[in-house]
Amino acid sequence: MTEPLIFELSIPGRKGVRLPELDVPESELPADLLRDDLPLPEVSEVDVVRHYLRLSQLNYAVDKGIYPLGSCTMKYNPKINEVAARLPGFVGIHPLQDELTVQGALYLMYHLQEQLKAISGFDAISLQPAAGAHGELTGVLIMRKYHLDRGETQRDTMLIPDSAHGTNPASTSMSGLRVVEIPSDARGNVDLEAMKAYMNERLIGIMITNPNTLGLFDENLEAICQMVHEAGGLVYGDGANMNALMGIMRPAEIGIDVMHFNLHKTFSTPHGGGGPGSGPVGVVAKLADFLPAPIVVKEVDAEEEAEEEAPLYTFYDPPKSIGRVKSFWGHFSVMIKAYTYIRMLGDEGVRRAAEYAVLNANYLLSRIRDVYPLPYDRICKHEFVVEGRFEDAPGVRALDIAKRLIDYGVHPPTNYFPLIVHEALMIEPTETESKQEVDRYADILLKIAEEAKTDPDLLHEAPHNAPVRRLDEVYAARQKILRYRRDQQ
Amino acid sequence: MKIDPQCRYTKSHEWARKEDDLIVIGITDYAQQTLSDIVYVELPEEGDEITKGEAFGVVESVKAASDIYAPVSGEVVAVNEKLEDEPELVNSDPFGEGWLIKVRPDDAGEMDELLTPEDYEKVVAEEEAH
Amino acid sequence: MVFVPHTEEERQAMLKAIGVEKMDDLFYDVPARYRYPTLGLEAPLTEMEVLEELRELSEANLNAYRTPTFLGAGIYRHWVPAVVDYVLSRGEFYTAYTPYQAEISQGTLTAIFEYQSLICDLTGMEVANASHYDGATAAAEAVIQAYNVFRGKRKKVVLAPTLHPHYREVIRTYTQGMGLEIVGDEALEKPLEEVVEMVDEQTFAFIVQTPNFFGEIEPLEGLADEVHTRGKKALLAVAVNPISLGLLKPPGEYGADIVFGDGQPLGLGLNFGGPTLGFYATKMRYVHQMAGRIVGETKDVEGKRGFVLTLTSREQHIRRHRATSNICSNQGIMTLAATVYLSALGKDGLRKVALANYHKAHYAAERIAALPGYTVVADKPFFNEFVVECPAPVAEINDFLLNEWDYEIIGGYDLSRDYPHLARHMLVAVTEMNGRDEIDDFVEALRAFADYHQVEVEA
Repeated sequence: MTEPLIFELSIPGRKGVRLPELDVPESELPADLLRDDLPLPEVSEVDVVRHYLRLSQLNYAVDKGIYPLGSCTMKYNPKINEVAARLPGFVGIHPLQDELTVQGALYLMYHLQEQLKAISGFDAISLQPAAGAHGELTGVLIMRKYHLDRGETQRDTMLIPDSAHGTNPASTSMSGLRVVEIPSDARGNVDLEAMKAYMNERLIGIMITNPNTLGLFDENLEAICQMVHEAGGLVYGDGANMNALMGIMRPAEIGIDVMHFNLHKTFSTPHGGGGPGSGPVGVVAKLADFLPAPIVVKEVDAEEEAEEEAPLYTFYDPPKSIGRVKSFWGHFSVMIKAYTYIRMLGDEGVRRAAEYAVLNANYLLSRIRDVYPLPYDRICKHEFVVEGRFEDAPGVRALDIAKRLIDYGVHPPTNYFPLIVHEALMIEPTETESKQEVDRYADILLKIAEEAKTDPDLLHEAPHNAPVRRLDEVYAARQKILRYRRDQQ
Repeated sequence: MKIDPQCRYTKSHEWARKEDDLIVIGITDYAQQTLSDIVYVELPEEGDEITKGEAFGVVESVKAASDIYAPVSGEVVAVNEKLEDEPELVNSDPFGEGWLIKVRPDDAGEMDELLTPEDYEKVVAEEEAH
Repeated sequence: MVFVPHTEEERQAMLKAIGVEKMDDLFYDVPARYRYPTLGLEAPLTEMEVLEELRELSEANLNAYRTPTFLGAGIYRHWVPAVVDYVLSRGEFYTAYTPYQAEISQGTLTAIFEYQSLICDLTGMEVANASHYDGATAAAEAVIQAYNVFRGKRKKVVLAPTLHPHYREVIRTYTQGMGLEIVGDEALEKPLEEVVEMVDEQTFAFIVQTPNFFGEIEPLEGLADEVHTRGKKALLAVAVNPISLGLLKPPGEYGADIVFGDGQPLGLGLNFGGPTLGFYATKMRYVHQMAGRIVGETKDVEGKRGFVLTLTSREQHIRRHRATSNICSNQGIMTLAATVYLSALGKDGLRKVALANYHKAHYAAERIAALPGYTVVADKPFFNEFVVECPAPVAEINDFLLNEWDYEIIGGYDLSRDYPHLARHMLVAVTEMNGRDEIDDFVEALRAFADYHQVEVEA
């Protein structure tokens, strides 16, 4: 990679985008409050375009090819989503405008809430959380407040399976609660026996990911929900893996009480190189009063009134709300994209997306299962976990396989997660990949398994064909060069 | 792998060594090897109380963060401030310059409850067998 | 099949390879009584149809870019250079995930490194993270960071009442399980100098905003010293409007320990308030207590410069329940927008934007102050927003501006919604987007309202 930083392209005196001349008289400036220097780049618009275009070309992305990053649901992002979110009447509305002037936006939010309710079976939805982890924090705070509201102040214990995402325990700790880790059993389910010891008056509930991070549907799910409910606890569903289940099963019906959705996973909104996400939270009726304020409601009476009189869709603050979790109403433009997607799929399309996600995962697994060790041998859901190690290639690790995949021009799977599988490779092809693309990926994985035996150094030293070779993470963490410094470079 | 005969040990791979009426605490050579390149060490402050068996700090590599458990109870009287800029000392000299904290023990007798170098060697051998 | 490319033949072949007969067999483990519910979603639409529906919805909204608008209160209308959306539209950027595989994510990683550097330069701080969700969640993370700097030994945090109401609320939401004492904004009219006096040795942080929620530039000179002294090293965290930093001395130069804010003004549209981004910067000595992703410079095995996510052992995927924040996503593509915006405007452009905001707001304030019945309430210098005491409730005036005036004007924010003692007080925002004629018309409309109101009162 030879692309310089934008600062290194800077030429003193060069100007970028121009602004109109000032059309009002100047006022006096508060001299003692002014800054002496504004050390921003001095580049032209052409410099900017070329620099960021060249940077973009150093990235891998879904628009380039298969991106089977387990747990991340890197499905194709329909282009109509982008067109919809950029409609001037959506981009151009201020969040504090009179509700009567934003009825189109409120209609969309209300109907997205309805769509998510239909897909999940929950009774109420808040669209405010900004991302999956943010939705989790919201859900955990709701669980906590529900118990407090009932006077059960002694409840402080959250059960979390050992296969869970790190955000689960972190969200729980942030909420001031105690985390107890529950092991998985030999089939990859939550160990029911291990849970029993905690079925008491201190139980807040359990956070469960289903399908779990092994890509397996938890065969004990119904029993877990029953057990926790009998002990007075609540069941949190981590919706990160909803892509396997939409149209197949409604989480609320099996006993999940609160769940976040990842619009940026399940509902095709792009990941944006790390964000923005959107993590709406759905709850059963008894938790609806605790949702973050506000949510969008439809005024039934207003429907008959003249249009200009009273708004049909309005914001409503649930009476026992945990409070707002971010400013304004949530990631609106992400909501537009998810709404557009669901609107195009309908019942049938939603179910098909889940079915083909599961079909692709099982098919890919069937192609490589004889070569890559499979710790839990079951029909998987939308993803699966194999081990990135071979008995006859002892020096090769999951990381080497991941980096070698880069040489073949595809994206590696998630590696070293879940923590309960050593050398884990977690693979989620998603439904939008064709059989040919999945076959290509399988062929590459098989070829790499061969190379691991015949030429392990090829893997150890990979990637060979990338903008940079393997990067020194220890150097980065010890040197802590976290910003560009003019004086040192 | 080095085991300092002057130290006593825990199963969780901390060492403790008497230094006059204080006890110096660190992590073992085996622990630093297992963690690989250490990039940050989070330590308590002088004056903090630590409790035997409970976590008092964290050592971090680029891929992992591990709790450090107190071999004895007592008051922290010194922390190794050098580690702030040079956490790699824990890798290069775990029993020496890579020490973590010095403690005034509540009960000096607690030292005797810790593993002897010979017993600790067995603990490590057993872990390595897995 | 929408977005599913398989043919029927391929489906059959794949099922056969898996060793099952039909699709249903893949869901054997889903209890039968819950399997295949009827969802009741509306009948699916094609791309052509859905866009028609969405266009109708969007047109049912009043577009503030095409309407004279004086509404701010945290979200501002600014010019977004064309180059920003051009870069954001690159599929290589927006369809990538978090840059976990650094070797094929150098585009995203380099851009975040530039973003962190730009935020440091703008705020006068030493280190910035890859962003929080918005200014409000950044405020909550500032409180949590400061709490952790003191290892949870101190429980008290003092908030300036002029901190954005949403920021104050989100701080309380986030920390409701932490047992904190959150003070300072009980009496909303209390002046800043008195609020600072609440900082004591049990306090871990003082949080203040400048320009504050009312647009006033707070006197930061000496504030850090006062907080550090009264609070025995308690931290000073400052929320700031990034556009104002094109003109004003950054909080870092006044000794702030944490500087954060909402990055929406940096090249992002209004979008009904989201997504925006929360920028966040602190001193190097606190980097391990800072939440969020951080990109650092390193080299590859051949010595070539490259960038990686670093200091990751602070984060939830490694620390799990010990992590001080659960944040995982950043605002990826929004930080790219801010980076491109700051680069495209550059040193000269951002200063000009800031100046235009300042001068136009002052011009508007001067003209409104001259109107009978209206008073501009400004004890301190202000930037691009100011408070007007009006002759009637703000809701009435805004209704008049929107519905009764010659054409639609979106008036300022009704401060009584958050500050009950400020009945009849309007928060007016003016940016480079408000042309002089727009400002003049707004003033005329306010005059007309006062006349009309006068008539009403007399009648």
